[in-house]
Amino acid sequence: MQELIQAYSWINLRFLLMGLWVTIEVSVISIGLSFVIGSLLGIIRYMKLGWFSKIVGFIVDVIRNLPLLLIIFFTYFGLPKIGIHMGVMMSTTVAMTIFESAMIAEIVRSGILAVPKGQLEGALSNGLTMPETLWHILLPQAYKKMIPPLVSQFVSLIKDTSLATIIMLPEVTFRAQTIYAQKPQAIIPMFIMLALLYFVLNFTVSQLGSYFDRRMEA
Amino acid sequence: MWTLFQSHANEFISGFGWTILSSIIALAGSLVLGTVFALMEVVPNRLTNIIAKIYIEIVRNIPLLVITMFFYVVVARVWHLNGFAAGTIGLTLYTSAFIAETVRAGINSVDKGQLEGALSNGLSWWESMRYVVLPQAFRLVIPPLGNQFISLIKNSSILAFVAGMDLMYQANMLSQATFDTFGPYIIVGILYLILTMPLSYYMQYLEKHLAQGGA
Amino acid sequence: MARKVNQWLATALTTGGMVLLALGLSTATASEVKNEAYQRIQKSDQMVWGVKGDTRLMGLMDIKTGKLQGFDIDMAREVTHHIDPKLKVKLTQVTSGTRVPMLLNGNIDAVIATMTITPERQKVVAFSDPYFNAGQAIMVRKDSKIKSVKDLNKSGVRVLGVTGSNSEQNMKKAAPKAKVVSLPDYATAMTALETGQGDALTSDSGILYGLAYGDQKVKVVGKTFTEEPYGIALDKNNPKLQKKVNQAIKKMRKDGSYDHLVKKWFSRVPGLDWKEIAK
Repeated sequence: MQELIQAYSWINLRFLLMGLWVTIEVSVISIGLSFVIGSLLGIIRYMKLGWFSKIVGFIVDVIRNLPLLLIIFFTYFGLPKIGIHMGVMMSTTVAMTIFESAMIAEIVRSGILAVPKGQLEGALSNGLTMPETLWHILLPQAYKKMIPPLVSQFVSLIKDTSLATIIMLPEVTFRAQTIYAQKPQAIIPMFIMLALLYFVLNFTVSQLGSYFDRRMEA
Repeated sequence: MWTLFQSHANEFISGFGWTILSSIIALAGSLVLGTVFALMEVVPNRLTNIIAKIYIEIVRNIPLLVITMFFYVVVARVWHLNGFAAGTIGLTLYTSAFIAETVRAGINSVDKGQLEGALSNGLSWWESMRYVVLPQAFRLVIPPLGNQFISLIKNSSILAFVAGMDLMYQANMLSQATFDTFGPYIIVGILYLILTMPLSYYMQYLEKHLAQGGA
Repeated sequence: MARKVNQWLATALTTGGMVLLALGLSTATASEVKNEAYQRIQKSDQMVWGVKGDTRLMGLMDIKTGKLQGFDIDMAREVTHHIDPKLKVKLTQVTSGTRVPMLLNGNIDAVIATMTITPERQKVVAFSDPYFNAGQAIMVRKDSKIKSVKDLNKSGVRVLGVTGSNSEQNMKKAAPKAKVVSLPDYATAMTALETGQGDALTSDSGILYGLAYGDQKVKVVGKTFTEEPYGIALDKNNPKLQKKVNQAIKKMRKDGSYDHLVKKWFSRVPGLDWKEIAK
């Protein structure tokens, strides 16, 4: 009991919470960027713009099928070889954005594909151009349906920021490891705390997601 | 690149083998466990419903790394587990929560009348599930399960954190020994793609066919 | 059918593309500018050091302040000051696994992180003159009967080590009959020693004394049985920077600031003669 109280001292908690803030920062920026980039890539792939869409499609498929850990290593240790130097935080954000954009591109493409074909044909025959159809008819319906898979992708992203401990990003998992490395008796309390922090963060995100989902349906 | 592969073929091939082995064990384990939890969620019993729900929500919202490290540094103090075992157990538990959700969605999308019909024909709830609902549910969820398997293969790189001998670990070791931070990762990347790309295309193909068959 | 062929073509093309990209990148690195790191330091007015964050006394993250502290960190500050008083010090945390690639990639300008000068490492990085005279030693539980490395050379004895360090190889030579158990980090290795998963833990004296400091359950026993001089690692193509660093170390040894730092961190460690380190 004494050990438990010591492990959850304000000093340790503050150290962890500063890490949680890093987790949130990296997650929010990556979610924002990958939502925009992923949507663009998904639309390009859907539009079937000849070779351009095909090349984008290959790249998306390759990135989707690689482990994120590998992509993190690549951006941090590989890119400097061609003169791109980034700090740990920047590197992680870039790696997460590359990987998540590819994942989101697929969600967006299949979201648009799931809109009934008649809608597309009807809009086009009513004289709307393809970009107009996409913007006014297809995307609004597609995004409504995409909320659940998008939200679970965002939750994955938040969890996956923990992988950046391998390049020493001072986020919450890394900081918990730092604490129990110095105080071995804090191992179990630290794991409980980590589980709790991630659970609260991700559960909030998924609840927000389903709130929006319900509001959209209504 | 090719010479690097040739001179360290043993490491790459053994890493490839450990990655496949871990993925297959975790797939089998998480299919069984995931189905059990899915059934616990749909069985008409409040207690098991709640237990399954809690398990799934907790596991789904915690990073795989945290689960794996827990087995490696905490559980291993009680039962001795090496990195491969701890990593594979972490992978199994983590994936099982996602598979449970997938299978449950499959069960729910089987027409309710089927279960009622089977029950009124004198089959017990378990028999109706076993012979009528589950076979149909599994057919429906083959593509999402395939995608889970692809994620599982990618996620098996978590073994690198606990010295699990897998592909990613070999790349790290090799890059430390040769101080080359590029070649080993390119080779390992291609090896991962050899595993995941064909599966991914096959799942896209299946999805399209099933969708057309259903329409 | 045509679709399938297309897909295979796609896979082949992407794989080919990646290989081409890789080849392009590896040739791009072949042309290196001399004194790159030195020029970078001058231009940015800061020197980026790779340091440890998990090694007490040498380089440890202070949970209270969130700052890194230890002998290596103080050395980094002093050496930077001697190179050019204007320079700011930036510290980046590294591990035994990441420090060399980060140095070679130019993410950091210098490494001062309990790094032993070995012929193997000298092939890829340049080292300063030794600044810390460590040696390999063993640590055991307080109640243990083991008194030196000789007591370990029996079958059935398990010695814990940390992956990636050169102490595991040395142990196989010093006690060939013992089994070496390799763990990923010092936190796990310490827990394993305390719970009896191994009979001893081996590492450099600099690291072991840090681990034992303030821990009532373990002790460092026997003399060091190898020589592990620590050096500051630099990129190979920077003779100017290497010269400046060596001059700084020499100056510090002369004016007493080096001895002062060693005393500050190591004079209170029980069983350790700080003069041994500063030799």
